[in-house]
Amino acid sequence: MADNLLEIRNLAVEYHTDDAQIYAVNNINLTVRQGETIGIVGETGAGKTTIAKSIMRILPNPQAKLISGEIFYRDENILKLSEKEMRRIRGNKIAMIFQDPMTALNPIEKVGFQIAETIKLHNKISSVEAEKRACDMLEMVGIPMERFSEYPHQFSGGMKQRVVIAMALACNPELLLADEPTTALDVTIQAQVLDMMRSLKEKLNTSVVLITHDLGIVADFCDTVAVTYAGEIVERGTVEQLFDNPSHPYTLGLFGSLPRLDSTERRLKPVRGLMPDPTNLPSGCRFHDRCPDATDKCAEVAPEDVEVAPGHIVKCINAVGGAV
Amino acid sequence: MKIKSRKKSRLHEIWQQLKKNRLAVVALFIIILLILVALFASFIAPYPYSQQNAKLSNAPPSAEHLLGNDKLGRDILSRLIYGSQQSLSMGVIAVAIAATLGILLGAVAGYFGGWVDSLCMRLLDIYQAIPMFLLSVALAAIMGPSLRNAIIALGIGTVPGFARIMRASVLTVREKEYIEAARAINAGNGRIIVKHIIPNAIGPLIVQITMGIGGCVLAGSALSFIGLGVQPPIPEWGALISDARSVMRQYPTQALYPGICVMVSVLACNLLGDGLRDALDPRLKN
Amino acid sequence: MARYIGKRLLLLIPVLLGIALVVMIIIDITPGDPARMMLGAQATQEQVDALRDQLGLNDPLPVRYVRYIWNVVRGDFGTSLMSKRPVISEMMERFPYTVKLVTLGTAFSILIGIPLGIFAATHQRTWKDNTVIFISLIAASMPSFWFALLLIRFFGVKLRWLPISGVETWQGWVLPCAAMALGLAALIARQVRSDMLEVIRQDYITTARAKGLSEGKVIYRHALKNAMIPVIMVIGGIFGSSLGGSLITEVIYSIPGLGQYIMTGLNNRDYPIIQSGILIISTMFAVIILIVDVVFALVDPRIRLQYARKRKGKGEKQSEDKESKEVAAS
Repeated sequence: MADNLLEIRNLAVEYHTDDAQIYAVNNINLTVRQGETIGIVGETGAGKTTIAKSIMRILPNPQAKLISGEIFYRDENILKLSEKEMRRIRGNKIAMIFQDPMTALNPIEKVGFQIAETIKLHNKISSVEAEKRACDMLEMVGIPMERFSEYPHQFSGGMKQRVVIAMALACNPELLLADEPTTALDVTIQAQVLDMMRSLKEKLNTSVVLITHDLGIVADFCDTVAVTYAGEIVERGTVEQLFDNPSHPYTLGLFGSLPRLDSTERRLKPVRGLMPDPTNLPSGCRFHDRCPDATDKCAEVAPEDVEVAPGHIVKCINAVGGAV
Repeated sequence: MKIKSRKKSRLHEIWQQLKKNRLAVVALFIIILLILVALFASFIAPYPYSQQNAKLSNAPPSAEHLLGNDKLGRDILSRLIYGSQQSLSMGVIAVAIAATLGILLGAVAGYFGGWVDSLCMRLLDIYQAIPMFLLSVALAAIMGPSLRNAIIALGIGTVPGFARIMRASVLTVREKEYIEAARAINAGNGRIIVKHIIPNAIGPLIVQITMGIGGCVLAGSALSFIGLGVQPPIPEWGALISDARSVMRQYPTQALYPGICVMVSVLACNLLGDGLRDALDPRLKN
Repeated sequence: MARYIGKRLLLLIPVLLGIALVVMIIIDITPGDPARMMLGAQATQEQVDALRDQLGLNDPLPVRYVRYIWNVVRGDFGTSLMSKRPVISEMMERFPYTVKLVTLGTAFSILIGIPLGIFAATHQRTWKDNTVIFISLIAASMPSFWFALLLIRFFGVKLRWLPISGVETWQGWVLPCAAMALGLAALIARQVRSDMLEVIRQDYITTARAKGLSEGKVIYRHALKNAMIPVIMVIGGIFGSSLGGSLITEVIYSIPGLGQYIMTGLNNRDYPIIQSGILIISTMFAVIILIVDVVFALVDPRIRLQYARKRKGKGEKQSEDKESKEVAAS
């Protein structure tokens, strides 16, 4: 598929600590098309950030181990690139926005410098020009360029996240990985940052992988969605497919746990039970012990992907292919 | 009763963590061994520490005298074994003094806050403005050279570290709910400090105590080396190095042994201290 | 910044006054009569009393304290009981030796310790890291005077490369500085390593990697500068240790510095020397700590701006107002 900007095949990542192996990402398949915005939804610990860091190849070394998989960026397997080749892509073609703006900036460097550094690194231009473009970037995310020489601690959380976004977009990346870009922010600032990201995305025609646990943001912002559970993608499809016809019991559970304006239910229905221990995942379907529809077979057989509608894929043995 | 069981499980937890660190376990083993040697020196040592034999002056190692003899013909191994008593007690007692004073000072400062805190902190500022070893040397020299005075001097010199750790721990614990709860049931200040604050500050203190013992053995050997600690003929490792200095040119190994003894005990304390710190706060472990 | 330094210098005064008082009290409560010490055991009680009177030792402590401070302010640090010379002129002769020893020793330890710490941190969990950790642990556990003796025995006596004592030539400084630097370098290496590892874990290092920076730039541009901030604080303490350690080092290598002078004063119970010697060394220590704090403030913009703000008055509030306006505008 030539219009795929990014294609992840069978990605599996483990973390090794002194006394445990954590199965963070287990055989994930995912594609991102040119200009598309894809949301990755899931609980904390479902492996969302690990996916993003795998694409950037900035997994913590030596704790993280890539077990298997291929990540094609423009038909080139970036996991096979040398570190030097990868550095040309990282921050240039693929950029990332991190979860916590409070800690994502170097506290003892000027914010302007931190943006200019990226620009200078990936473009053959002088420091003066790089600084000028950094000023433009600041203005673009709504920060007056007079603040170029200020330090991160002089900025509020929302402002810091704007700086982080300016830094990520500084080289006009083709793919932006946004790891919970608004989670650490106040609700009002969240909306501002999302609006800003949306307009920048449209202006620069950037593909975005938006990692979040907020289904509201997904509905608002994304074209397609992938729902992760215990390091697997249990359901993916377009926003319409997923929101109109959620098919995996876990996705249904997620929707059930949201408050609805049009419902007369007096109580929210949380997904019962807890996320499985990532060092000791359940057999068969990872979700079977929390699943309301589980049968005996679920504990034994790992479910295959089932395409319930064109492009709408569900990992559940109860899903019926080609239905709807 | 409840507190006791909680403390016990905390110690158990620390031990579980510590067990994983092989170096720390070895260090603990060495420390226990050294303590046993010191306690049973008179049974282990083949000769009395002051038994002279002019014929064996600076004799090389032999079957009777495994490490040879010093210039007065005294058995070096026996003197090293007896020396552990003085060197280790310097470290342990000095730290006991320092920890007691420091914990009290820090607890009072942190708990009461306000002007009491300011006063204690200014006092510590003055204290710490004098380089620690200079302070110990000056105290030991002014009080007169003896083991007891050296221990007091070392102890007083090491108080500030304990006081600051204790104060910091108290300040973090002070605002917790269970202190509020204790106050609500009308527990007195002393009771709150002893029953609630000290047990919670115990982690960093254990590390500081372990490391502090090593530091005091080191500083104590230096005091003895310059003649301000243990007086002859009683052996102490630092004093043994000082004795061996005069024959350093011909018999350098005589100075080697006591130095190694100091190094091994201090190393063991440092390793155990490192291990304990990691065990107490696994997050710090890299 | 100048205001900050000025304020710190002012704060130094009560500390030094306190040190003088503490030393005086310690000397006062310990038995032993300086007059008796000076005159020897054969002197009659009348002679001792006369000398006590002459030295002003019979006055109550507060009177003696105020007199001492007043004299110090005028530059009179007392007269040595033994040599009968002014303490200040004797100390000035010795001062350069101690400064040189402490500065060189500390400089060596920094030059060795920092690269070793970085090396260990960047090779975490390899045998290289383990070797550095283990060697620095051993070095930090060695008695420095013992190490000094071993250096003399090996380089001075056996190989005859370097003089075994005295600092008339530059070769003479090598062993004392090495003896002093070893343990301190080990402490610095350990500190640098743990601070580097702490910094490398931070999110902004991941950000720097995500920019596409090379590992070298990530370490040296972004991590090292941040890791140096806590290290600078430790270096202040390292200076303190080397000032204390200079006592023994100067005695072993026969360096005519302040440490040796104080040791002689202590052995002879020459109280003016003890009192003024401790005061001078502590002042040196305090000035070094002050310099370290100023460097600290220069490196860390968070601290630097704090002082700049104090001057401006309501800086913090201002910038917050500015921010909220910007948010509203965008």
